[in-house]
Amino acid sequence: MNEQDTPTTGTEVAHTDGHGDAVRLDQGHVVGSGGIPERFANPGLPAHVPRMADLAEAAARRAEKQVATLFGISILSTLLFLVLYFAIDVTQTVFIPGIGTTSASNVALGLTLAFSMLGIGLGAVHWAKTLMPDEEVVEERHPMASSEADRREVVRVLAEEGGSSQITRRPLIKYTLGGALGLFAVPLVVQVAGSLGEMPQKSLSLTWWHGGPSGPGEEPEFRPLRLMKDPENTPIKASDVTIGSVFHVMPEGLLPDPETGEGGADHLLEEKAKAAVLLMRLDPAVIESQKELDWGYQGIVAYSKICTHVGCPVGLYEQQTHHLLCPCHQSTFDVTQDCRVIFGPAKRALPQLKITVDDEGYLVSAQPFREAVGPSFWERG
Amino acid sequence: MSTTSHDPRPADALRDGDTARHAAPSTAVRKVGGFAGWVDDRTGAAKPVGYLMKKVFPDHWSFMLGEIAMYSMIICLVTGAFLTFWFVPSAGHTVYDGSYVPLRGVGMSEAYASSLNISFDIKGGLIIRQIHHWAALMFVVALVVHMFRVFFTGAFRKPREINWVIGSVLALLAIVEGFAGYSLPDDLLSGTGIRAMAGFVQTAPVIGTYLVYGIFGGPFPGEMIIPRLYSAHVLLIPAILVGLFIAHVGLVALQKHTQYPGPGRTNNNVVGYPVMPVYAAKAGGFFFIVFGVIALISALVQINPIWGYGPYDPSPVTAGSQPDWYMGFADGALRLLPGWLEFTVFGYTISANIFPGALILLPLVYIVLGVYPFLERWVTGDDREHHLLQRPRNAPVRTGIGMAGITAYTILMFAGGNDILAIKLGMSINDLTWFFRIGFFVLPPLVFWVTKRVCLSLQRRDREQVLHGRESGTIIRTPDGRFFERHEAELPEDQWILVQHEAVAPLELEPAVDEHGVARPAARGDRLRAAVSRFYFRDAVNPVTPAELAAAHHHGEETEAIEGGEPAEQLESPEAASRR
Repeated sequence: MNEQDTPTTGTEVAHTDGHGDAVRLDQGHVVGSGGIPERFANPGLPAHVPRMADLAEAAARRAEKQVATLFGISILSTLLFLVLYFAIDVTQTVFIPGIGTTSASNVALGLTLAFSMLGIGLGAVHWAKTLMPDEEVVEERHPMASSEADRREVVRVLAEEGGSSQITRRPLIKYTLGGALGLFAVPLVVQVAGSLGEMPQKSLSLTWWHGGPSGPGEEPEFRPLRLMKDPENTPIKASDVTIGSVFHVMPEGLLPDPETGEGGADHLLEEKAKAAVLLMRLDPAVIESQKELDWGYQGIVAYSKICTHVGCPVGLYEQQTHHLLCPCHQSTFDVTQDCRVIFGPAKRALPQLKITVDDEGYLVSAQPFREAVGPSFWERG
Repeated sequence: MSTTSHDPRPADALRDGDTARHAAPSTAVRKVGGFAGWVDDRTGAAKPVGYLMKKVFPDHWSFMLGEIAMYSMIICLVTGAFLTFWFVPSAGHTVYDGSYVPLRGVGMSEAYASSLNISFDIKGGLIIRQIHHWAALMFVVALVVHMFRVFFTGAFRKPREINWVIGSVLALLAIVEGFAGYSLPDDLLSGTGIRAMAGFVQTAPVIGTYLVYGIFGGPFPGEMIIPRLYSAHVLLIPAILVGLFIAHVGLVALQKHTQYPGPGRTNNNVVGYPVMPVYAAKAGGFFFIVFGVIALISALVQINPIWGYGPYDPSPVTAGSQPDWYMGFADGALRLLPGWLEFTVFGYTISANIFPGALILLPLVYIVLGVYPFLERWVTGDDREHHLLQRPRNAPVRTGIGMAGITAYTILMFAGGNDILAIKLGMSINDLTWFFRIGFFVLPPLVFWVTKRVCLSLQRRDREQVLHGRESGTIIRTPDGRFFERHEAELPEDQWILVQHEAVAPLELEPAVDEHGVARPAARGDRLRAAVSRFYFRDAVNPVTPAELAAAHHHGEETEAIEGGEPAEQLESPEAASRR
């Protein structure tokens, strides 16, 4: 076979055009001339390829059995779920390699439920794929827009029929209706917004260290408060705080009695969320800030435990580096530099609580926090 | 169907020219028809139901992503309704006395105690809780991947912009819904999440403190937040979610599903399988598969073991506090924003290190997503309906933008786990944070560029594949004694996919002066639009045209020489000229 006796359409067309159609083929979109269409034509739907089950009844029967088996697995799993629901005690545990010890009832009920569902699902899909018609159907689309006449009619009804209410001609009605509709929802909004709860007043800037309850509307009067270990609720002697130790501290009167659960703040969690303090003892020689030394007692310093970023408790203290780390967003504070932020997203240092010792040698607060603890807020200054 | 072709009337009732009466309906039809007829007599539902049953849906695995999201949501609704039977949405104080020994005698909220009861004392309660949580995670994952599919294939183009916006709102609500649910058990971990939420709401300029006291009904944590989150989680947000979801699916049915290009598939048709019976079986069955897989995971993989954290208390914290994955990117943004962004003006604090990441980022992401279709339409000026999907490579700039967005999102998400990464990889958390901070600005443009180049080279490969054609194995000798192999001249059916898309070119500004030499100042908007259009389509690689294919076939091996990079000389080579 050579070209002379079997010219094909493609080459024929190119011949008549000669080199006029020779183009750079690595770039560009060149529309041909001389009877070559601008774009390729859609070749149309490919021919349907029959499946095994379409051709042989044996294959179809096999598919039927497979589907029925899957449905059967579902039935069995459902029944098994019912049996296991009553058979397994809820507290029983089971060891599963690779997973560990876990609730036996959870594993048993979960697995049977899963196979009950999967049996139905896989069966139905297998059925659809092997036995249901697989010849593709073509549905025509129509433009989304309505016909021009319909659109004109809607505009006409809006303008004319709506106009027949005379709303455009009677401004008194128009404006009072607008006003009424604009206002009617306001009482509903005011009811919700006005009754959400107490507004902050000074409470974000106060803590129990100011002398007692510090909720909205409360103005505690300052008195020295002992630093109490949390949760034992016992006072701390300065001599008990060795270098390198760290205590989780709440003010006197805030915590309930650990034995009886009596006493303590009325709003316990709300007060704890602001009053939590970390007490640490450092070698005074490593403390670089004079103010920190002055507000502490022989290297014992107390800082708010509430992160100045978004208020998580600053939970991790590295004894070697004297760094405090907040586990929520990794703000890092240096205790030797007055708890200045040395890394992370917080801006402000942790507020220091000025402490001293009372007559009996217990640590007490010398003044309340001088600034708001916890996250920033607009009026904070 | 049993057809009775004989006429049942007696012979004397027959008249000349009578046609036989219609065959009596089969038993099956009569059985269904009895009840269906009763309903139809009262509702007239036969027509719409018949229409829906015959409706055609195109088949593709990626169309199942939205289905996974839909089914996960339904599973959440069902299991969530179950959980309300036992969950007590109250912050009221109680002392635990259930069967989980380590927490017996510990004071806690009723919400936490009832969550423990669901996990330990109610038979099958734990599996329902685990299915609920896993389905919620699956919901958001499927929804996000579904969005990727819609974005990268251009399925959001006219007429589907409204549905894209609805979908974006659904995605945002799903995250808020997830966060509200995550916070309900009132364990230490979820309480820490609420603490952070209170903290960053408080930083909102001007109204922050009022906002946070309003949400919590007073000082944090108060006793109102659990019932309020509960109301939002089981009533308000689900009602909006379900309403928007119905609109979303309704619009898909109304506008008919998009389809991938292929032989026989055009912008004016839908090729696929009818709902009855194929999609009823496939989609119905798929619901059970999704449910089954989630149940399987829930049986074997522990999720959120709330009993391990203890009740919420504002002063302790667990290391490695992590939100659910979909909140990770916002949390990551909080970790990356440096503290020096906070400043004070006239005695008022502006925490630019917190609220942009915590309060602005989340809605901003979804606003940008919702706006994108309108932006692209403005750039292309394309007002036609599009029902054929695009292959991502055929929209290189859009695909690049999408990948850049995914990169930025992923960096924030990983930054949200920087502490875990630091421990697992044995790296310094400070180095990691700096890597993410710089990466957030550097990597998205880089990924954009790489993605675009990959798309363009894939398009060039498509062209080459078409131009080179299918080798026929037939050697041809030309009159001047040269040999070359003939390629199939017709475009093979399986290569239609490589040439079906439209050629594109950037919009051109009209010349600055008209034919009379009078200046024609372009409006600033037009200049901007032309510039953005150049950015999108400047280096577009367009599909092979029949003319190009004909030229390539005719010139045999010159095709390769041309593509080798010496076009001019080769085209005018003496042999070529003599052959003319």
